[in-house]
Amino acid sequence: MRHKKRGNHLSRTTGHRKALMRNLAAQVFEYKEIKTTTAKAKELRSYVERLITYGKRGTLHHRRLAFRMLQNKDAVTNLFDEIAPAFESRAGGYTRVVKLGRRRGDGADLSLFQLVSFEKVAAPAKDETKKTRKKSAKGKKEEEKEGQVQKAQVEEQVTEEPKEEKPAKKDTKQDKKAAEVTEQPGEETVTEKDETAEEDETKQTENEDAKDKEDKPKK
Amino acid sequence: MAHPKRKLSRSKRDTRRAQWYAGIKTANLSACDNCGQKKLPHRVCPNCGHYKGRSVITPKGA
Repeated sequence: MRHKKRGNHLSRTTGHRKALMRNLAAQVFEYKEIKTTTAKAKELRSYVERLITYGKRGTLHHRRLAFRMLQNKDAVTNLFDEIAPAFESRAGGYTRVVKLGRRRGDGADLSLFQLVSFEKVAAPAKDETKKTRKKSAKGKKEEEKEGQVQKAQVEEQVTEEPKEEKPAKKDTKQDKKAAEVTEQPGEETVTEKDETAEEDETKQTENEDAKDKEDKPKK
Repeated sequence: MAHPKRKLSRSKRDTRRAQWYAGIKTANLSACDNCGQKKLPHRVCPNCGHYKGRSVITPKGA
């Protein structure tokens, strides 16, 4: 029976699993955050947290214990010199697993394994989003009070961001239609010499339209 | 030993097998806090890369 036996075997033999965790942990200490399957990320937590605790102790003995787990000098020095000092005021909970969704191809559940306070944030408009989020977190009542201003902000975001992907195609289609309409009176007699030439013309008109709208549709 | 009295018609057989699809349910989607697009709950928004007030990843195509 499997009662109270902890841990995920990850369909691997002991040695294979040990090596896997060793490699993943070393990569976490090198890159600060790694993308892996959710099962591996969850299993990795206990390894990395224990290693960081070793790093906080900081003695030679704990350095050797860490090396026994990692078998990687660079990772150990990274851990003891760079990562562990940042966690001195934090009592556990050094890592975070954020679910990303399923991988295309095999449908595996993917996650991002992060070291807390070492996140690599890719945020162009971070401040605005934070403000809106805090307001929404407080509750809907306040949101209704401040509704008009905030809704305007949200609408701006909604209109700005989705245009980059989906509506861009629609825009191009509309532009093409518009371009055809504009072309017809001028070039009725020509009647489409080559498809390529027409495409070039449509592209030009598209660009003009895009400049007018101040939004560049993706090609 | 008991045996079936009649051969099962194609219609009966296929009706039975088609019931598998009736059990499939659509995913419960939630709205992204940041961009408002529909996304899977408890997961990073694939459209804007945000999760719980933090920009986690740079979404594809951005």
